[in-house]
Amino acid sequence: MNARNPMPVAREGGPARDEHGRPTPIETRRVMIECRDVHKYYGDYHALRGIDLTIREAEFFSLLGPSGCGKTTLLRTIAGFEDISSGVVLIDGKDMANVPANVRPTNMVFQSYAIFPHLTVAENVAFGLRRDPRSRAEKAAAVEEALAMVGLRGYGARAAHALSGGQRQRVALARALILKPKVLLLDEPLSALDRKMREQMQVELIKLQRQVGITFVLVTHDQEEALVMSDRIAVMFEGEIAQLSFAEELYTRPASRRVADFIGVMNFLPARVLGDTATGVRVDVPGFGEFEVPAANVSRADAGDKGPSVGFRPEAVTLLTRDAPAPDRETPGVIEEIVYYGDMSYYDVRLDGSARFDGQGHPIRISMRNVFGRDLPDLGTRTRVSWSPGSVILFR
Amino acid sequence: MRGGGLRAYALLYLLFLYAPILLLPIFAFNSGTIIAFPLQGLTTQWFEQMWANATLRRALGNSLTIAFSAAVLATCLAIFAARASTRYRFPGKGGALGLIMMPLILPEIIVGLSLLVVLLAVGVRLSILTIIIGHTLICMPYAVAILTTAFSSLDRSLEEAAYDLGETKWSAFRLVILPLVMPGIISAMLMSFTISLDDFIIAFFMGGNEPTLPTYIFSQLRFPKSIPMIMAVGTVLVMMSILLLAIAEYFRRRGAARTGQTSSGGLL
Repeated sequence: MNARNPMPVAREGGPARDEHGRPTPIETRRVMIECRDVHKYYGDYHALRGIDLTIREAEFFSLLGPSGCGKTTLLRTIAGFEDISSGVVLIDGKDMANVPANVRPTNMVFQSYAIFPHLTVAENVAFGLRRDPRSRAEKAAAVEEALAMVGLRGYGARAAHALSGGQRQRVALARALILKPKVLLLDEPLSALDRKMREQMQVELIKLQRQVGITFVLVTHDQEEALVMSDRIAVMFEGEIAQLSFAEELYTRPASRRVADFIGVMNFLPARVLGDTATGVRVDVPGFGEFEVPAANVSRADAGDKGPSVGFRPEAVTLLTRDAPAPDRETPGVIEEIVYYGDMSYYDVRLDGSARFDGQGHPIRISMRNVFGRDLPDLGTRTRVSWSPGSVILFR
Repeated sequence: MRGGGLRAYALLYLLFLYAPILLLPIFAFNSGTIIAFPLQGLTTQWFEQMWANATLRRALGNSLTIAFSAAVLATCLAIFAARASTRYRFPGKGGALGLIMMPLILPEIIVGLSLLVVLLAVGVRLSILTIIIGHTLICMPYAVAILTTAFSSLDRSLEEAAYDLGETKWSAFRLVILPLVMPGIISAMLMSFTISLDDFIIAFFMGGNEPTLPTYIFSQLRFPKSIPMIMAVGTVLVMMSILLLAIAEYFRRRGAARTGQTSSGGLL
């Protein structure tokens, strides 16, 4: 965003910026949404179990979880469509207890988009301006501006029902953003789009969010989508927040085995804890041998009945194809399976000695970028796997 | 030709349905007083006789008043019922809806008889009003069925979206839901209107001395010489029905096109 080309619906203020014009770090910004010990019951069903979270100004925040985890319920309580059973929801510092949805400073983009089929595109976008005291011409200009912002300039006169899925999505965005809400709530907005359209809209939504400087709260079950789009992510299971952190931290340092399993692909191997040291925890892992997991990589959340285990991402280990020595440590093994994805491949490798604990082997999954023009190795090839203790997480 | 048998069956079926109706205009314009072939001559005297008949005009007026009132009443009540059944959950919902739909399966003569007994016991004088009450009762199930379909096909988020955009619950309903179910409302009204217009039993029981078109026609069947005039009445009614149907279908298709539905099926 530059000064010569000011963005149309940018809110006055927006996030504070440093001397280089960059937004200030999220932790230092004003709190926009705060939930304190929010509970929600549907009869006997406990849908939200003590939600505490803080979402800040101009943040792109995602509620991520499998279906039935309460993420949509939480979004709807913020919107005001659901009453909470106990707890407090504050938006921009104001208690929302007796504030109905139609006067809250939030607007919603629905999963089905909820475009009014009997109205034109412009009438849809102008719907929320009915009580606006501005003149008709001013409103029409605002509508055109909002449509331009979502890339639908000149679509105003079209019938809403004649639009494609992606266009409906844009109309829903324009219709919500024209009211300049403090918070935009998005309920699985991309789930109805095909893959290509979805990826395109993800990028557009990020750009749009930066442009308007409004807090976006996105509900999604797609971990990749959450990682791509969000500043911070709250992972929810069974009505509780399992982890709330920045996208990168969520991926590299999942707080529990369950979160790790939900976000991306992760290899899990049984581990034997040998003892704590000053800098970490010594473990014994079949195939890898004895090594020390750094203290920062130790998760004490829930080993569950599975006992302690270590986890690492497929890209945290590499196959050594030539005779080059490994930079840190290496372990020999056999390639059992290759899954080819064009730009990259997954290799399932059975490490020597991987059956040492329980007699059954634990092939590990390794992802590698394919080098153009180089043949893939054959199945059954003996190989060496390069790894580093710093990329291994211990769940105990 | 493939499907020849089925085609012949379909043709015979249509013939059986519509040939009697085609006879109506033929005898309405026949100058003979006896309803039989061969035809005598061309005449419009039956239509003139119909036009001059004060009792018939009164019956027609009554019928239209009753049908219009019953259609409006039944449809309005059905909007509430359909909305409640599709949008809310409450104890006794199934039972309440069952009771509303009951006249559909109860023999109409039982409905008419019991209504008559109750109204007489309460001391209500029989009039057009009592027929309207009876007709509203028997039209309700049809109107509720049509409107429940219309309401349940709506995405619930539409109303929430309007509410979220600053409207009140009532204005969200008025601005979004009402226009979208309007084709259903029109269908329900036309259906109720038609049911009321040709209902004989309720009108006969509840009408007292007030004639409606069906009760008047029935009473004239005793007089052979007035039958050609009844044929003329029938012709006019058929013409009006076709016109009404065409109008209804026009509105339904326009509504469907506006909201982008495929205009297949439909009640009318």
